[in-house]
Amino acid sequence: MKRQVGWLAGQLVATLALASALVFVVLRVLPGDSAVVALGVNATPQALAQWRAQHGTDRPLIAQYGSWMGGLLRGDFGTSFVTGRALTPLILDRVQVTLIIVGLGMLLALVVAVPLGTLAAVTHRSAWGTVIAGASQVGVAIPNFLVGVLLVSLVAVHLGWLPAGGWTPPATNPADFWRHVILPSVALGTVQAAIITRYVRSAVLEVMREDFLRTARAAGRTRAGALVRHGLRNAGVPVVTVVGVQLAAMLIGAVVVERVFVVPGLGSLLVDAVQQRDLQAVQSIVVVLVALVVVINFVVDLLYTVLDPRLRVVAR
Amino acid sequence: MGRPIVGRMARPTLRRTTAAVIALAVTMLAACTAGSTAQQYPGGEGREVTIAVAAEPVNLDFTTTSGAAIPQLLMNNVYETLVKIDQDGKVVPMLATRWDVSADRTQYTFHLRQGVTFSDGRPFTADDVVASFDRVRTAWVNAIKGKMDVVERTEKVDAHTVLVTLSRPSNSWLYNLGTSVGAIFPAKIDFDLKTQAVGTGPYVVTSVRPGDRIVLTGRNDWWGGPAPLRTVTVRYLTDPTAAVNALRAGDVDMLFNSATGDQVRQLQKDPRLQVVEGTSTGEVLLSFNNRVPPFDDVRVRRAFAYAIDRKAVMDTASAGFGTLVAAMVTPQDPFYEDLTGVFPFDPARARALLKEAGQQHLHVTFDVPNLAYATTAAELIVSQLADVGVTATITTDEFPAVWLDKVFTRHDFQMSVIQHSEAHDLLTVFHRDYYLGYDDSKIAPLAAAADAGTSEQYVAGMKQVVRMIVDDAGGIVLYLAPTLIVADKGLDGIQANAVTESMDLTALRWASTSSGG
Repeated sequence: MKRQVGWLAGQLVATLALASALVFVVLRVLPGDSAVVALGVNATPQALAQWRAQHGTDRPLIAQYGSWMGGLLRGDFGTSFVTGRALTPLILDRVQVTLIIVGLGMLLALVVAVPLGTLAAVTHRSAWGTVIAGASQVGVAIPNFLVGVLLVSLVAVHLGWLPAGGWTPPATNPADFWRHVILPSVALGTVQAAIITRYVRSAVLEVMREDFLRTARAAGRTRAGALVRHGLRNAGVPVVTVVGVQLAAMLIGAVVVERVFVVPGLGSLLVDAVQQRDLQAVQSIVVVLVALVVVINFVVDLLYTVLDPRLRVVAR
Repeated sequence: MGRPIVGRMARPTLRRTTAAVIALAVTMLAACTAGSTAQQYPGGEGREVTIAVAAEPVNLDFTTTSGAAIPQLLMNNVYETLVKIDQDGKVVPMLATRWDVSADRTQYTFHLRQGVTFSDGRPFTADDVVASFDRVRTAWVNAIKGKMDVVERTEKVDAHTVLVTLSRPSNSWLYNLGTSVGAIFPAKIDFDLKTQAVGTGPYVVTSVRPGDRIVLTGRNDWWGGPAPLRTVTVRYLTDPTAAVNALRAGDVDMLFNSATGDQVRQLQKDPRLQVVEGTSTGEVLLSFNNRVPPFDDVRVRRAFAYAIDRKAVMDTASAGFGTLVAAMVTPQDPFYEDLTGVFPFDPARARALLKEAGQQHLHVTFDVPNLAYATTAAELIVSQLADVGVTATITTDEFPAVWLDKVFTRHDFQMSVIQHSEAHDLLTVFHRDYYLGYDDSKIAPLAAAADAGTSEQYVAGMKQVVRMIVDDAGGIVLYLAPTLIVADKGLDGIQANAVTESMDLTALRWASTSSGG
């Protein structure tokens, strides 16, 4: 465990160093002048020069990168080019929102996908299995935003049960928070549920062919008992892998759902920041996203060893 | 679970899969098109209104931050001015009840309204006016501060009288006083302008949630009487579809220019909603780089003016909403006249002019910002130009960053299309240093003379300037963008004509409610 945490820290630092350098360079190559975008068409040349001096964009790139890195080490993302406000509280606030909808969406997906996928595997030659496999196939093919748009028009506009969009922080008004969080989470979760159902199904199918299940049944377990006691745990490894990959994809992909439901999450902040050439915000958000993905991968690695002790030897 | 898992044939499975897919698809389609019978629009009563607006203010300080979103929210509603530009574009009293102008038109004596207080309780006096006008010169960094350059000094005569001396007579100055540059702040600013707004208007900013909403609360002690609404929530919805959904779900009561023309056409059919179309100050301009060939040749520019069917462009890009105008002058401007007949749609004359200029097989590049109205308009323009033998190649520029950098700053373009939103921007746009590079040597002295003349001379002089600019075709105004408001039928007092940058909510109220609530 200690070794693993050390490995994580090393991995985190290496990945972040690489990612930060990459995003920093790419952003500087991007056409567009942050000062002009920030100050608008009426800006005087003096105002532009003053802005560049104030935000340090007139300094050499290496110095800019250095001071950004220095801030990062102190947990300070700097100030936004556009609003002039500190980025750290803003990003922390937005990352919570995204983590909430992604977390709830994934939870929903797992609650649906694990039983459904298992059922589909067990009944894979019957009508049930076919329906589930077919439905999940359709689910995989539907993009997130389409589910979002359909949910809005059905649940919010036609039925009027839930708001069409917007956000209330949980601390402000818990009831209102839940009313706002349901649709985005369902939109994110539906597609994931379909994807994971398919993985669970094939993983369980795979496991069902294993000799150890036959042995367990020979030892007197029922088919269901053998599957639950010995099968699911083994089926868990590939499923955890795909859940990790999908979580990372959801974090990045949440931006689409955030747009549809007007949720002020990290994704919408990133898109706005790119449009406004708020380079300081863009690079900081990307670093946060990279860090989250590295942490997710680490948790996935840990889960492997929990699920399958045989992998402990392989894991460092 | 106990059944054997082998022994079934595989073939029916495929058929069942297909059936399941079809069933699912049908269900989803049905959900999409289900009738709109059950929905209600809540919030029809009481004194609360929620408005959807597209562009969010970066902060609350328009003295140091440019961008239309801040004055759009704050002017008239929170901050007021000595004079107001009314819905017909006329200068009318606001914080000044009347004003006297000296014979040489350089001295203005403003008689201030009495019994006015700021939202924090401070009384409004001549000191506030003097300090506010002085601050434009000393503390403002927004480039619009230039509109007050003509002010030589501002003096307090007594507690309710102010004397302003101009360095030269100026007709446009009094008008500009009705825009954000004339906003009256408390003499002593002991609060952060970026996060707080203390004005004399009927509303006060009570909550700001970045990325989401700003809440205005009505004042009971406003000089014009208690504010008609207790709460105005302005929600910032960038995506037009999200805005329309919010309206149809009853989350918002009014869309202020936050839906597209096509969407508004759809919403017009809804009996619970009203659509109000007003004018704006936003002219959609097909701009030429007058510095470079082929647009340094007036014959080519005029040929383009004849070649483009502006009515068709407006119908396509704005679903027919808007006003056809020929110049960057709105129907509310005193020197407005209809000049759309100067260049009628006439492809034959366009071809003749191009031939005369030796440009029968002209290729031009067309820089189009990635904004919906611009890309739609551009495609139609390209096909209309093709009809007169001009090949225009579209390059899409990300807006604002790339467009500002390439077209606006570096002038690296031949032709572009963009909406110019600022009020009274005719002389800004057709200025030699602006991105169009228009040769203003003939019009600049005429415009200066008009500004310094009597109001009659001003109108006559500016009309002449406008006619010259239109005739020169340095850029072609395609249409004047509309202000499109879709609101619950129960809302009254909608002021749709955006004559200045302000979204004027001061008269907005629910028709069914009297005072109190």
